[in-house]
Amino acid sequence: MTEHQKDRFATGVIYFLVGIVVILLAGILGNILINGLPHLSWHFLTSESSDFQAGGGVRDQLFNSVYLLILTTIISLPIALGAAIYLSEYARDNWITHLIRSTIEILSSLPSIVVGLFGYLLFVVQFGFGFSILSGALALTFFNLPILTSNIEESLKGVSATQREAGLALGLSNWKTIRGIVVPAALPGIITGVVLSGGRIFGEAATLIYTAGQSGSLVDYHNWNPLSPTSFLNVMRPAETLAVHIWKVNTEGIISDATAVSAATGALLVLVVIIFNLSARYFGNKLYQKLTAAK
Amino acid sequence: MTKIITTKAVRLKYGDSEALHGIDLDFEAKQLTTLIGPSGCGKSTFLRCLNRMNDDIPNVHVSGDIKFEGHDIYTNKTDLVALRKEVGMVFQQPTPFPFSVFDNVAFGLRLAGIKDQALIEERVIESLKQAAIWNETKDVLDRSAQSFSGGQQQRICIARALAVRPKIVLLDEPTSALDPISSAEVERTLIQLKRQYTFIMVTHNLQQASRISDQTAFFMNGDLIESGATEKMFIKPKQQMTNDYLNGRFG
Repeated sequence: MTEHQKDRFATGVIYFLVGIVVILLAGILGNILINGLPHLSWHFLTSESSDFQAGGGVRDQLFNSVYLLILTTIISLPIALGAAIYLSEYARDNWITHLIRSTIEILSSLPSIVVGLFGYLLFVVQFGFGFSILSGALALTFFNLPILTSNIEESLKGVSATQREAGLALGLSNWKTIRGIVVPAALPGIITGVVLSGGRIFGEAATLIYTAGQSGSLVDYHNWNPLSPTSFLNVMRPAETLAVHIWKVNTEGIISDATAVSAATGALLVLVVIIFNLSARYFGNKLYQKLTAAK
Repeated sequence: MTKIITTKAVRLKYGDSEALHGIDLDFEAKQLTTLIGPSGCGKSTFLRCLNRMNDDIPNVHVSGDIKFEGHDIYTNKTDLVALRKEVGMVFQQPTPFPFSVFDNVAFGLRLAGIKDQALIEERVIESLKQAAIWNETKDVLDRSAQSFSGGQQQRICIARALAVRPKIVLLDEPTSALDPISSAEVERTLIQLKRQYTFIMVTHNLQQASRISDQTAFFMNGDLIESGATEKMFIKPKQQMTNDYLNGRFG
């Protein structure tokens, strides 16, 4: 083969490989949406799930998923941000830092079922939180922290060293350089990290089966008192999410329309992740523009 | 003339290797001094000693005597933040922060605790004018500073350094990343300002040094070979080595 032919051959192979990835993803996505969308209806979104009869919805599961996502992000973002700032800006290159980094790497590949059982033992049993949104959110935080931390660390490291020097040379303290320059400059990357981990949280089932529980309690959406047991804001109530609902309907469900319900729930899950993704990017860009005047 | 910075027997080590072998060099106030010499001669390293920017590099050890207005700046009690307000710095690569032009220049002022909006505005405008970038930015102060050309970015950075009213501005090859037209703009800016501020500039461009500087210091392999009035040094250097370098025989 000549150089030219080799080049064309390699280009062809690369196109072929990326084609496989695109076809696979489009196939999965298309399959989920084609099978699920016809079963999605306003009624499905706004009615309670049913244990025995056909025709149940996922109102509570949908709310629980969003609520858990928000709570988990509120708990894990500040912690991950702090840890990432330490690792990227303060940590010296020594064995302790290496230990922390490898711990984070190991934790990020921890099977979610293990995180779930750990959460069950610690939060549900030991702390006595029971099967609750709080237990679920804390377990998800464990699940989420390693990846979020390394994503944020990467985006902080991506900020050029000259920006830090310029800050220090202007008389800024280390902390003010970080807060005033490095973090705003890294914001797009940080938002991407939050979005990615948000998708993971939203679709997570195994971690929640043993922590947030599989049954929904009676939920009253007009009760705004978070301390009341029936309030939708109460964090001590058990809460089944969309992903857990799919798992349950398919393993122990006795409703006659189980296939339709799980297909519709799957499609809904994908749709919400897409909406979350796009809106987080939109608001993130707005925030970035506001902070940095970038147009 | 008053000496604003005096240095005596300044040595700097990176780990075990010594990069500066005892530099004695004083700087006159309100003059533009250039530090010249071949790559790796220690001129940038020396410049960074003057506002202690080398502190942030691991394993660097500085010894000797560096005084700013008669005060040793290498004591444990030296307030780095206060020192760097007096001794500003502009880098080789333009380093605008990812904010608007206005916020870039106002950054140091707000940091210094100035709350008075009118005063901040006045200072920003004055600094942009001083840095000769006002005409190009006056209508687009809210645009991101990073969206301007390299030369414009560099002058915005000069304005940012000037906004806190430093006594000295250190310039580390401020035009070497710029095209000739932008370099000329920055040079003009420096010439206009050099009676108001003390500039210490590292440059590889000998013509630039001869065009705009009052004093020149020639470094070689971590030693100061010769220093003095630019005109004298460029016409009749005292050392053979300086003569060779200025005539392009090495470096």
